[in-house]
Amino acid sequence: MSETKLKRVDLIFGEYSNVKYKVLTDTIKRSNDEILDDLLESGLRGRGGAGFPTAMKWRLTSQSPSAEKYVICNADEGEPGTFKDREILTRVPRKVLSGMAICGKVIGAQRGYIYLRGEYKFLLPDLMKEIETYNEHAKSIGLDFPIEVRLGSGAYICGEESALFESMEGNRGEPRNKPPYPTTSGYMGKPTVINNVETFVNVMMIMRLGPVQFKLLGTTDSRGSKVFSVSGDTPIPGIYELELGMPLDRFVDEFGDGDTKAVQVGGASGFCVPRKKFKDTVIGFEGVPTGGSMMLFNSSRSMYNVLHNYLEFFEEESCGQCTPCRVGCQQLRKGIEAVKKGDKKSLYLDQLLKLSESMKLTAKCGLGQSVANSFSSIVYNFKEEMIY
Amino acid sequence: MKNTNKDMKKQINLTIDGIEVGVDEGTTILEAARKLNIHIPTLCYHEDLCVAGNCRVCVVEQEKVKSLPAACAMPVSEGMVIHTNSMKVRLARKHIVELLLSEHHADCTKCYKNGICELQGLASQMLTGDHLFLDLVPDHKYTIDMFNTAIIKDDSRCIRCQRCVRTCEELQAVSALGVAYRGNHMKISTFFEHPLFEVVCTNCGQCVNRCPTGALIERNYIDQVWDAIYDTNKHVVVQTAPAVRIALGEALGMPPGKIVTGRMVAALKRLGFDSVLDTDFTADLTIIEEGNELLSRLKKALLDKDPKVSLPMATSCSPGWIKFIEHTFPEFLGNLSTCKSPQQMFGALVKTYYCQKRKLDAKNVVSVSIMPCTAKKFEANRPEMRSSGYKDVDYVLTTRELGIMIKQAGLDFESLPEEHFDSIMGASTGAAVIFGTTGGVMEAAIRTVYEVVTGREIPFEGLNITPVRGTEGEVREASLKLEKVKPEWSFLEGVELKCVVANGLAHAKKVMQDVKDGKANYHFIEIMACPGGCLGGGGQPIPTNKDIRTKRKQAIYEEDMGMSIRKSHENPEVQLIYKEFLGQPLGHKSHELLHTHYTPRKRY
Amino acid sequence: MATNKNSYITELVEHYGRSRTSLMPILQGVIEKNNFISDHDMTDIARELDLSAAQVYGTATFYSFLDTEPRGEYIIRVCKTITCDMHGKRQIIQTIEDMLKIKAGETTPNKKFTLLETNCLGWCHEGPAMLINEKPFSGLTPEKVHDILSEYMHK
Repeated sequence: MSETKLKRVDLIFGEYSNVKYKVLTDTIKRSNDEILDDLLESGLRGRGGAGFPTAMKWRLTSQSPSAEKYVICNADEGEPGTFKDREILTRVPRKVLSGMAICGKVIGAQRGYIYLRGEYKFLLPDLMKEIETYNEHAKSIGLDFPIEVRLGSGAYICGEESALFESMEGNRGEPRNKPPYPTTSGYMGKPTVINNVETFVNVMMIMRLGPVQFKLLGTTDSRGSKVFSVSGDTPIPGIYELELGMPLDRFVDEFGDGDTKAVQVGGASGFCVPRKKFKDTVIGFEGVPTGGSMMLFNSSRSMYNVLHNYLEFFEEESCGQCTPCRVGCQQLRKGIEAVKKGDKKSLYLDQLLKLSESMKLTAKCGLGQSVANSFSSIVYNFKEEMIY
Repeated sequence: MKNTNKDMKKQINLTIDGIEVGVDEGTTILEAARKLNIHIPTLCYHEDLCVAGNCRVCVVEQEKVKSLPAACAMPVSEGMVIHTNSMKVRLARKHIVELLLSEHHADCTKCYKNGICELQGLASQMLTGDHLFLDLVPDHKYTIDMFNTAIIKDDSRCIRCQRCVRTCEELQAVSALGVAYRGNHMKISTFFEHPLFEVVCTNCGQCVNRCPTGALIERNYIDQVWDAIYDTNKHVVVQTAPAVRIALGEALGMPPGKIVTGRMVAALKRLGFDSVLDTDFTADLTIIEEGNELLSRLKKALLDKDPKVSLPMATSCSPGWIKFIEHTFPEFLGNLSTCKSPQQMFGALVKTYYCQKRKLDAKNVVSVSIMPCTAKKFEANRPEMRSSGYKDVDYVLTTRELGIMIKQAGLDFESLPEEHFDSIMGASTGAAVIFGTTGGVMEAAIRTVYEVVTGREIPFEGLNITPVRGTEGEVREASLKLEKVKPEWSFLEGVELKCVVANGLAHAKKVMQDVKDGKANYHFIEIMACPGGCLGGGGQPIPTNKDIRTKRKQAIYEEDMGMSIRKSHENPEVQLIYKEFLGQPLGHKSHELLHTHYTPRKRY
Repeated sequence: MATNKNSYITELVEHYGRSRTSLMPILQGVIEKNNFISDHDMTDIARELDLSAAQVYGTATFYSFLDTEPRGEYIIRVCKTITCDMHGKRQIIQTIEDMLKIKAGETTPNKKFTLLETNCLGWCHEGPAMLINEKPFSGLTPEKVHDILSEYMHK
């Protein structure tokens, strides 16, 4: 066990200001350039997992010539092991709405949407109350940027931004070809900023604290804090706001049950880190990035079962349009079953690893590309568990 | 179109396989590579359709980019360096084709598309013999929809490229086919997976033309036709549609745009048909009937001021269009010309007039038609199409099926002599030939109607009424002022006849919506269900694209120009049939045999 | 063609509008009312939105929560993703199956309950978890499930 615990942060879940929407009211008095400069200075990168620099996304969208623009908050939190957005929307929705409104002002959008996953529909009554408050407040400060909620209906892939637009447009949630990117052609083909729930809160907090204060947290590559969703074989599962850039061994010391053999960082689409690599693994954009999901597995768990569960998940949650993802996921699942049963020689795992590499290279969107992350990291590190 | 500097697109320079090339901004890698004659394999890509980028067969390697972009969907950018045949690309492509094969019921020798299947072609190119992956076919509950008279849909051969879905939506605005479910269960499906005959499918067969595998094919009647030919008790009559003669060559290895009328006739005779006749004959007859019908409607509207007369009048030759209007605009069924299509007029006359002249018992006559169309198969099976007392047309074969029969018979098509259609019902005119292209019925009708009304030949050079010649992808409007008309048509003096020509059901929908919304004020509407008209029909040789269709179109006008008679009313056999059998246009016999009515169908 | 349109479809369409962007909210509205979307509802929606029926079907079948076959009054969705699986999802399903005398995927004869498995519900720290309609229940044990279901059975 560790002598010093990881530093707890309460940037995200810290209390609201005393005055309702104070940060928003103050921020919209500033120029767009000032706001963007602060964001750039803060080094904030998207909290959904991919880590795109937020300031750049906003600037590009603000520069896209269009009378119609949108801000979308991606609350389609579907990554297994992730539940922080639910917590954020439950506890500090005002911060999310403030972040969205700041974005609306900066890029010149007329409307904001929260795309909330269907599984979180129960959040709606409280969220709507806050949105009502917000909409009234926005009007009172002369900000013409109403926000509404759109619900998902049970499709993991809609967390992929272009699939989310398709869903909002009434279509099947099938990811689009990129380019064009949302900064020029997003919802309804218009320039759109789409950010994760947590990213918007970070924006709001940067506006409140200033970029210098924000930058004190984390490392050079991974500024700020992160809300982690900790689950699996841990005595203390739950939501924790920690600094980015922490070494995994310290995390395991604090959150593991003393018998941790692997940590899945970033959910089913993330990477599996085995015990022997805990020491050399940094959680952050310079190491293993994560949207916040940290799943711990102790030595009683079969990594074959874990992988099988993930693959079944992907098989069902793939949109099915592109070949590598639709068929590849089925092949990987069926393939490890065949090896386990002895219908295929263990060498077949190498064939499957090559296939997962091809999926990573050729799939149309992030889902298909990321199946290889968990597949290869689990198969490489726990090969014997796949066979025997 | 003028190409001003302002319109000029920015040039982008890139390197593909070591060759530098400059292309317009917005060009895709695939298009740029084709300019260099580098062939990147594709499956879901089709020139006629929007880019889907879902099969991923066309992936290429881009330097400094980790993943392999799909060439069909990735626009070029300045300084891009592309490798289309690197080691990474070859392995990825092979994997993709292997994956497709693993969920594909690959019993190729039992498949109708054996030998012309695009997936099979790729598989042989990639040497997929080693079956890298497990067979997934048993894991899927694939269904085969064999209940339809025109099109068979076999999900076990589907590779989910969605070409059919895009065709049905973008070209035809029908969307009878859609994508359903997701992930491993994703499939191409009708509404609630109903059989095709229960949904809004028009049987146009455009999906069949574009399906890369055997998942969507026409229902073939080749064996039934052979049986009839071999049956010595049967007299087998065959009719050939205008658009077959300019496309059949493609099915037999010839380049697009070849006129093979004489060779086609020779082949049909050698296959053993007892009489080789021409749908062109009833195309001319259609013009007489339909032209008179138009004039009679105009008379009722303009002279008698009859409020019940339905104008505009719309053509009724295209069975895909008929089924479309039955589903989508049933309130306009009264605007359809009551004329049957040339195929069905022909069928009705074969088993009446023809039998009478040739002293045959209709029950021993088998009537076969060769059509560029799959919807004609459905049409021939309609209950409305038995006015001879028998099924007027027994079997409909597509251009493709005729191609197969010619191959089966071992004929060397290209070296066949040019032979002539038999008589009677074998004579045709240039006006009939152009039925095969969009705008053709309109032009043929105007050639006749104008002359009937004014007593003068239409004043266009070479009778080529270019303003009504339709173009793919557009709705063409034209008007014709009638002046110095004959006394009996005085109510038409100074009338501006407003016409519109549309091809492809997406455009048909637009025209009809305008009519419905009162935005358009037409007298006469020509609609062909397929892009480019019958020459782009769902029964024509595969592949199809704009280039090929343009060549077919040129061939049709060439054939028209080469005919000694260019106007339907001058067809001697048409004149004869009125004298001997029908009496007069729109007469009692005509109504009995050549006209019909259609009934509304559910849109949903 | 005259068909008896369901009044709730008219209401939904009037509320959300006739553009394609309204399709999801309308389908969700039907689910809220009936727990499933019938073929009849889909054709009504298609007519109102000027879509083909296959397009509406395609969208509906894409989403797990837009059921296109009849479901019970209460749809129980038990999370089957990894941490819930690790922490006893199987026993939870077993308990529910025993109580309702149906298998996962089935609906009770009285049309009161449907039992389904679903992918991650976002309660991984408190697994196993389930939704009954839209209400989440986490930290489930067979005993807890028994109590929850008993209450619903008497509703």
